[in-house]
Amino acid sequence: MPDPSQLINSGVPVSWYLVLSAILFALGVAGFLFRRNIITVFMCIELMLNAVNLSFVTFANQHKQVSGHIFAFFVMVVAAAEAAVGLAIILTVFKNRATLNIDEIDSLKN
Amino acid sequence: MQNLWIIPVLPFIGFLINGIFGRKLPKIVINVVAVSSVVLSFLWVLKVWSSAGDLATNPISEHYFTWIQSGQFNVGWDFAVDKLTMIMLMVVTGIGSLIHIYSTGYMAHEEGYYRFFAYLNLFMFFMLNLVLGANYLILFVGWEGVGLCSYLLIGFYFVKKSATTAGNKAFIVNRIGDFGFSLAMFLIVVNFGTLNFSQVFSAAPGKPTGTLTAIALLLLVGATGKSAQIPLYVWLPDAMEGPTPVSALIHAATMVTAGVYMCTRSAVIFTHAPIAMETVAIIGLATAVFAATIGLTQFDIKKVYAYSTVSQLGYMFLGVGVGAFSAGIWHLMTHAFFKALLFLGAGSVIHACHGEQDMRHMGGLRKYAPWTMYTLGAASLAISGFPFTAGYYSKDAILGAAFAHAPWMYWVGVVTAGMTAFYVWRAFWMAFWGDYKGHGHPHESPWSMLTPLVVLGVLSIVGGYLFNVPKILQNMFPLAEGEENMMLTYISVAFGLGGIGLSYYMYVVNRELPGKVSAALGGVYTLIYNKYFVDEVYDATVVHPVIEGSRTVLWHGVDQGLIDGMVNGVGSQSQGIGGMLRRLQSGNIRSYATWVVIGAVVLLVVMGLTAAGYAGGFEVAR
Repeated sequence: MPDPSQLINSGVPVSWYLVLSAILFALGVAGFLFRRNIITVFMCIELMLNAVNLSFVTFANQHKQVSGHIFAFFVMVVAAAEAAVGLAIILTVFKNRATLNIDEIDSLKN
Repeated sequence: MQNLWIIPVLPFIGFLINGIFGRKLPKIVINVVAVSSVVLSFLWVLKVWSSAGDLATNPISEHYFTWIQSGQFNVGWDFAVDKLTMIMLMVVTGIGSLIHIYSTGYMAHEEGYYRFFAYLNLFMFFMLNLVLGANYLILFVGWEGVGLCSYLLIGFYFVKKSATTAGNKAFIVNRIGDFGFSLAMFLIVVNFGTLNFSQVFSAAPGKPTGTLTAIALLLLVGATGKSAQIPLYVWLPDAMEGPTPVSALIHAATMVTAGVYMCTRSAVIFTHAPIAMETVAIIGLATAVFAATIGLTQFDIKKVYAYSTVSQLGYMFLGVGVGAFSAGIWHLMTHAFFKALLFLGAGSVIHACHGEQDMRHMGGLRKYAPWTMYTLGAASLAISGFPFTAGYYSKDAILGAAFAHAPWMYWVGVVTAGMTAFYVWRAFWMAFWGDYKGHGHPHESPWSMLTPLVVLGVLSIVGGYLFNVPKILQNMFPLAEGEENMMLTYISVAFGLGGIGLSYYMYVVNRELPGKVSAALGGVYTLIYNKYFVDEVYDATVVHPVIEGSRTVLWHGVDQGLIDGMVNGVGSQSQGIGGMLRRLQSGNIRSYATWVVIGAVVLLVVMGLTAAGYAGGFEVAR
């Protein structure tokens, strides 16, 4: 089985990974800003996290250092926890207010 | 050890018992505790006196504990007894005992009976500290303590507005005097490094006259407050709002003489400061005349005696000022006898007339209250300087010394003596002669009130002859040299008798005359009747500006304007800023997210620009 780092280093340049990461992150931001459904917004957050993960592992490979991987794992753990809590909140909100439209959930204003 | 501490501690125990448990105790127990504590204290004084030997050569000095220790400066809780202190102790505890007994009768139907005796015992405690203290600080503790008790007792009828006001007045006016006293003590500490009487007085002759004069004058300021001299005498007449035994004990016999005692105690300082001595004499003389003239016109019996007290205290200061310290103390003692008696007698008269104090509504009491009349007559004779009564000896000693110092002082003093005789006898005739003009049936007082009256009456007659204070104190204050000039005595006695005779003529024989005289005097009478408008002048020049200044500048200006303004300003500014900031909190989650993105973009741009500032920052990092 070929070494994955060999594979990266052999052909695809680093900048491609980073550009892909940036595009994914931008999509996440755009979705987060412009979508109204909470679940969509939530998935956009996951998208941003994973875009960042991609950047981490790319740089980790580039510099031959393990800390980037570790950060990626951290982010995954946090994302899992966040998914559990976030989905629970979304369920409760829906139960109480019968809506998933984020613009209607504004009782903390002013 | 003579255990001097027992003397003040006994009344203090009485104060604690009556003060803490008095509300629940029956009257008889309160009486026993209050009276016995003071009487036992008196007996202990007698025991000390009889067992101490010659106090002139062997003064007692006892050290209990070190109170303040600060570097070289050291103040101990020390008591000392020499002959001067012994006289004061006798006067304070002796007359204090009589007045306590009297009070059990006089106050019998009053509210707050236990409170009265608790205060009275506390007063005794502080007064005894004052006279026993062997340094200025202990004296000052007593000095302030008696001031406190004076305040509490003047305001004893605290539901009466006038009583509480009078209490406040006494307290505040005394603060001015005490301020002077404090400054004097500071000067003593700076110049002598100690407050102990013995050390200060042995070092005083070597100090520059200017320093001693400053100290003496500041001590005098303290004395004018406590002993009601010009210009701080105004509180004493108002202090008559308190119960009559209080007037007798505190505002006639003991506390107000503390200033005389203090000046006499500091005689070494005063004698080395001639200017201060002259000031003392002039203030004393001026007060004596001034208060005597006011006394001529008053109708409230207690006010007459109050101004008389101010006037007689003036005599004592005259004695001190002309160097006759022992004569001043002699007059202090005889005055304690007859003035306490005058006040207690006045209390008995007021009691007889069912609380009436205006002499125009009395009269004819000789039929109803003979014992009160005899004793009050004895006191009136004594204060008039009738030959061989107590006042005769002491006043004569002062006037003789005044003549030796400056003849004009003697003449002013003699005229004052005439006025004194006139106003006390005026009060006497108005109360006891003529027909009863008050309401209800007048009645004689109970024995508990009369017994002290009789004892004091006897002392008023023979007290001056029995206790020849200048002889007793001749080791401390040498007797005056030279022949006694009997002519001076005859003149002052003549003035006294003249005053008595004139008052008899005006208030018994020809009763139309006083009205005519006052009408003829017109404006002068109005001026004197209104006490020279001194209270009004003080009100306009001191009290009103202070109150108005406090109100407009300190209250409205500083407190409301500055301090409240600052606090409220901080509050309203926070509100304003918060009001603006809360617009950001729209409740719309996507707008928050937009802010986050904008913030992130701004940060990135800034970081990028900063990094571009360092040449090839990214290359280095890579």
